[in-house]
Amino acid sequence: MSQLNDPLVIAGVEYQSRLLVGTGKYKDMDETRAAIEASGAEIVTVAVRRTNIGQNPDEPNLLDIITPDKYTILPNTAGCYTADDAVRTCRLARELLDGHDLVKLEVLGDQKTLYPNIVETIKAAETLVKDGFKVMVYTNDDPIVAKQLEEMGCVAVMPLGSLIGSGLGILNPHNIRLIMEAATVPILVDAGVGTASDAAIAMEMGCEGVLMNTAIAAAGNPILMASAMRKAIEAGREAYLAGRMPRKKYASASSPLDGVIG
Amino acid sequence: MQFYVNGEPTTLDDHASLADLVTSMDLVGKRIAIEVNQEIIPRSQHAEYRIQADDHVEVVHAIGGG
Repeated sequence: MSQLNDPLVIAGVEYQSRLLVGTGKYKDMDETRAAIEASGAEIVTVAVRRTNIGQNPDEPNLLDIITPDKYTILPNTAGCYTADDAVRTCRLARELLDGHDLVKLEVLGDQKTLYPNIVETIKAAETLVKDGFKVMVYTNDDPIVAKQLEEMGCVAVMPLGSLIGSGLGILNPHNIRLIMEAATVPILVDAGVGTASDAAIAMEMGCEGVLMNTAIAAAGNPILMASAMRKAIEAGREAYLAGRMPRKKYASASSPLDGVIG
Repeated sequence: MQFYVNGEPTTLDDHASLADLVTSMDLVGKRIAIEVNQEIIPRSQHAEYRIQADDHVEVVHAIGGG
């Protein structure tokens, strides 16, 4: 989007990239760094986990590779199944990142679907917003829930396109549209993107951005896929802003009909 | 004195501080966060914070995730 001034604004901060990426499932730190660079993402998610007792102290730390001075680090609460655990994780993340208070809240329902537990998500969001966090919240594609999360003070609402890590694309675009129609905070598709066209479809629909991890990390060539995703996000956004032509039932010639020989 | 670090029983001298624990875990200078009995203890207080017997200490860091 170099020619357009069309930033993504989250909690008052402008970002040039509308692609948000995770850092999980990469082969090693080198691949992580290269893929994230190729994606052009400015907001990068990380998980918060116990340090392993006895782990190799020389092993590079993720935040030495993806540094907070270069990227906006978005700690997530992945793996949390209760509001309490999610809130604790966010508080640890804030300490870890010197008071940085932008977080991705996700409270999961079960291990098979990783579908969000909305009751716990709402409880956690309430506590976190009160505690001063800027909450980007992973949720299902229910327009009523999305609106409630916005009204509670979440700074971005991120409905799933399909199950986390499934690569099935955006299975209910109608619901995503309903969510966007009602929203006054950015709506980002989080989870479900499988390939570049899925990302472009989300952006053509008018989503403010897309958050993905597995689609890049599990691609045959993650670095090339990261580059593809960057372009798909930009193409989809430009197409949305341009406004697509209306669909027609019959052909409409592109070449003039006058002056045809014979 | 015995206490718990990330769920594992751990022993340090009585009156050991969180900074001593960080040293014993080879984590000096690393980007970590510490919680004791579910309360965050800010980095600036690690040196003076004395661990008590049976405390539950969590030491976390950032790893790859989506």
